[in-house]
Amino acid sequence: MSDAQEALARAVREHAGRLAAALVNLLGDFSAAEDLVQDAVETALRRWPEEGVPERPDAWLFTVARRRGLDVLRREATYRAKLAQLTWPVLPEPDDRLRLVFTCCHPALPREAQVALTLRVVCGLTTAQIAAAFVVPETTVAQRITRAKRKIADAGIPYRIPRGEELPSRVHEVLTVIYLLFNEGYLATAGEQAHRRDLVDDAEWLAALLHGLMPDEPEAGGLLALIRLHRARTAARFDADGRIVLLADQDRALWNHGAIADAVRLLTRTAQRHLSPGPYQLQAAIVACHAEAPRWEETDWEQIVILYDMLLLLAPSAVTRLHRAIAVRHAQGPGVAMAELDQLGDALDRYGLFHATRAEFLRELGRQDEAQEADRRALEQTENPAQQALLEERLTWA
Amino acid sequence: MRLIPDRLVGEEVRHVKYVLMFIETEQFEKDLAAMGADERDRAIAKVGRWLAEHQGRITNRGAKLQPAHTATTVRLDRAAEPLVTDGPYVEGKEVISGFLEVDVADLDEAIAMVRSWPGCPVVEIRPVEG
Repeated sequence: MSDAQEALARAVREHAGRLAAALVNLLGDFSAAEDLVQDAVETALRRWPEEGVPERPDAWLFTVARRRGLDVLRREATYRAKLAQLTWPVLPEPDDRLRLVFTCCHPALPREAQVALTLRVVCGLTTAQIAAAFVVPETTVAQRITRAKRKIADAGIPYRIPRGEELPSRVHEVLTVIYLLFNEGYLATAGEQAHRRDLVDDAEWLAALLHGLMPDEPEAGGLLALIRLHRARTAARFDADGRIVLLADQDRALWNHGAIADAVRLLTRTAQRHLSPGPYQLQAAIVACHAEAPRWEETDWEQIVILYDMLLLLAPSAVTRLHRAIAVRHAQGPGVAMAELDQLGDALDRYGLFHATRAEFLRELGRQDEAQEADRRALEQTENPAQQALLEERLTWA
Repeated sequence: MRLIPDRLVGEEVRHVKYVLMFIETEQFEKDLAAMGADERDRAIAKVGRWLAEHQGRITNRGAKLQPAHTATTVRLDRAAEPLVTDGPYVEGKEVISGFLEVDVADLDEAIAMVRSWPGCPVVEIRPVEG
């Protein structure tokens, strides 16, 4: 992406959500507000590349949305009246985007719709940009958004921050959406696509937004640290041919050590302030162990095994146990690790990475025939080599 | 229009009616059948307490239904005569066992109610039209 495009993306991201929040407050209608913002964003993407990003992008977007609203909402007399009275600035509250986030990520919406809505409403992506990022037809994205907005209105999904005992599960829902976005962007191949917005940028931005707006939520800090720790070693992840380089083989001089130190500080601060470890803080701590190791051989595997134990306590999962077994392999040798793997056969029989890991351990234990059989099973479960490479890469960092 | 922020309109103004459809599973029926009389009484008392607790939000429309074996389905989507058959409209392991209409501020309030429901294991929430 060129600098100009990046500046444009940044300006849109910074202001689209605020405008959406302001217009939902004003109109009391999520769908209508969202349409106006989307229209303003599309206009901006058409005109800013030629005219340059205006000095006050927020005021510019607001003016376009307002004009458009007066135009299209002709029949809605109350909306028109409200819009007509409106002048810039319209933002009395410091930041109202949290309500937007919670509405977009409401658990009564299907996951794809949560993702698409969040990107469009909170980050200001256009439908076309979302479609390109997920490699699905534009009409599919448009349909998801239309259906989701209809459900929000018809099913009475509220526009507010959840309270009391609802809050933890709702925060978890938001974090899941952001993490999913991050993975989608992070695991995408390195192919240069100039028009494509980097979902990793949006995911980090969203995590930072959430962390800023919910300073008392330790997992928001944990997710932000996790994302930053991954990003800090982006430069070493691909070789000159665009192939993934496994963690063990990466040139650690290419990592951004300043960014790693910042992320570790954020994680430590979060953990110490709240003393409430959650899955994202723990995953971030695991990645931090890798990021802080000067060499692969110096990785603190004992610490990683302990972190996996804590993670499994909070979020039991066979895949996490597989990753733990890999850490155990490095901490205590293939014999112990193999015993762990043996317990996972039922749950992970259809998971290529499980068989690939098994093959590796068996080979180290000198059980050649079984290793070959495991290789064959791994191959069966894997559709293409690129995917396998991605799986393997996840295997080694996790 | 229901999506009105708290700040602009007091919550007492907002009302949405939802129907909660209570769905039983085969496992639930088995568990219920396996209970002793005391245990079953306690389970029923829990449901009674839940209903009392949410009395203010439950309208007078609602009922516990007779078991699925009493159901009769009539299909009118055929060119010929309506087809009358024995059993619920979908043959499956999950059947509707009752429903309640509730009057609440929004979906989150309905979900919060259902979270503490002590009876059957599945509940569908549907807004009432109009």
